Amino acid sequence: MLLSDLLAQALNGLSYGVLLFLLSVGLTLIFGMLDIVNLAHGSFYMLGAYAGLAAIAATHSFWLALLVAPLVVGLIGACMERTVLRPLYRRPPLDQVLLTFGFIYVFEDIVKWIWGGTIRSIPPPDLFAGSVRIFGGAFPSYRLFVIAFGLVTALVLWLVIERTRLGAIIRAGVYDAEMTGGMGINIHRVFTGVFAFGAALGGLSGVIAGPIQSAQPPMGATILIPALIVVVVGGLGSLKGSLVGSLLIGQAEVWGKVWLPNVSMAMIYVVMAAVVLLRPQGLFGRPLK
Amino acid sequence: MKWRVAAFAVAVVAVVLFPRVAGTYPVKLLQEILIWGIFAMSLDLLMGYAGMVSFGHSAFFGVGGYVAALALTHWGANAATGLALPAAVAALAALVIGYFSIRVSGVYFIMLTLAFSQMFYALTFQVAWLGAEDGIVGVPRPRLFGLDLGTATAFHLYVVAFAVATTLVLWLIVRSPFGHVLRGIHDNEARMQAVGYAVNRYKLLAFVIAGTIAGLAGALYTQFVGSITPEAFVWRTSGEALLMVIIGGTGTLGGALLGAGMFILLQSFVSSYTERWMLLLGATFIAFVLFAPGGIVGALRGRIGLKA
Repeated sequence: MLLSDLLAQALNGLSYGVLLFLLSVGLTLIFGMLDIVNLAHGSFYMLGAYAGLAAIAATHSFWLALLVAPLVVGLIGACMERTVLRPLYRRPPLDQVLLTFGFIYVFEDIVKWIWGGTIRSIPPPDLFAGSVRIFGGAFPSYRLFVIAFGLVTALVLWLVIERTRLGAIIRAGVYDAEMTGGMGINIHRVFTGVFAFGAALGGLSGVIAGPIQSAQPPMGATILIPALIVVVVGGLGSLKGSLVGSLLIGQAEVWGKVWLPNVSMAMIYVVMAAVVLLRPQGLFGRPLK
Repeated sequence: MKWRVAAFAVAVVAVVLFPRVAGTYPVKLLQEILIWGIFAMSLDLLMGYAGMVSFGHSAFFGVGGYVAALALTHWGANAATGLALPAAVAALAALVIGYFSIRVSGVYFIMLTLAFSQMFYALTFQVAWLGAEDGIVGVPRPRLFGLDLGTATAFHLYVVAFAVATTLVLWLIVRSPFGHVLRGIHDNEARMQAVGYAVNRYKLLAFVIAGTIAGLAGALYTQFVGSITPEAFVWRTSGEALLMVIIGGTGTLGGALLGAGMFILLQSFVSSYTERWMLLLGATFIAFVLFAPGGIVGALRGRIGLKA
């Protein structure tokens, strides 16, 4: 295998990993704050892709879609938190997980109802429609954009959470939501905000994924599994874990396809099993119990 | 107690005699309900009694189904290939997955079990000798004790016998000292540990028992439809079983059967009128979680004071 091929594969893995990061960071933020594993998170990804398609159809601009779709999905997330999740905070946490599970069916069928079940794809923006040459091999420039976009997002998120007042509130809420409320923070509004923000990130990753992976209704349920594996590997509730886990799973997926094409789909589970065996709480998770 | 045994006996007789009064399609629906009921009851043992909510129970259903399909097609159609081997392999799979999964609990347990079941999906989807995407078709029904299960009557009795046996076995298990330990773990795991129970060993055993029964349900299902595909492993299979348990009422074995019945009837009824079956399914799921977390049985208990 040529060096340029190896590099192209590594970059493919990186772009997939970055995509997984955009998705799983929302999952991990919501868990950290609300103690809910939002199984409908893949649905936000799907909703983002379709909202993006609709926005592109209306405005013919990928960049506007990239802005609008996350807002729409964030709004849907906010409504979901306010109406159905909030009444369940007093119940055992598993009830909330079950509830979000029900939403996978609802969202998927609504999308199928509106857009039909056919496979669609989002064209990449004109600026990144071509490819660039790296060590003599051609590589789609859109994927490079995805990598850069994801890494910048990671940096911004880190700055917001570590360096701003809002970030301090979120960190406090993750540590002890009740106490944060007692300090005079309207914790319910923070909950809604974090859930909406996580949903918006899910929607954002859906638009970003559009030009790489085609949009179809089952995409949400399909992407949920790797996203969950990322947070299991990285550690639930940990931003750093979400980044490292995503990049790891991204590489595992790509190299599995290169080296073991017959069982490539099982590759990421092997990584997960290994991590769980050695560190049940994930690479950067807080120790269990 | 007495009236429960009587009600159970009446139900069994009614189910056995059902083909005499009903046509082919209702009988098929009934068999489907019974098979899914077995699967749902095995999940309820985990969820309702041991407090382990698994989102990957389809793993064992699928393993049982695949092993039965392979064995029945290649090694002759008999009780060993149709039942014993699938159950044994499902038990082994449950032992391995359980070993990993019970190290964690709550949401981690949910995510791990879900991921493991999808691993089987990924494998069966790609491995050529398992038929890849198309699965295994044309699986013959076995002969049991000289009885040809190819005939409609024999197969019906076979499914009914299995459903009855599973119900009784699970009922005995949840009422045994072992079942009480499981309930204790559900209520307060730390205390059970402190009292001196090897909690993890109990959880693993419950996981293996549930997995074995789910494997049997999968084997029955393969014989019922004559084929198995990777779809058996998909998260939706686990989700539907969860829904059945929740509709019926967790922690009540009868509820799981009732939920399976409601689910299958609703599915066949609704899908003949509208394509929006999934939407309705999701909405039902959400409504039960929000408004009736105890399921039908729980609601009935509250309403008319029915005692457990």
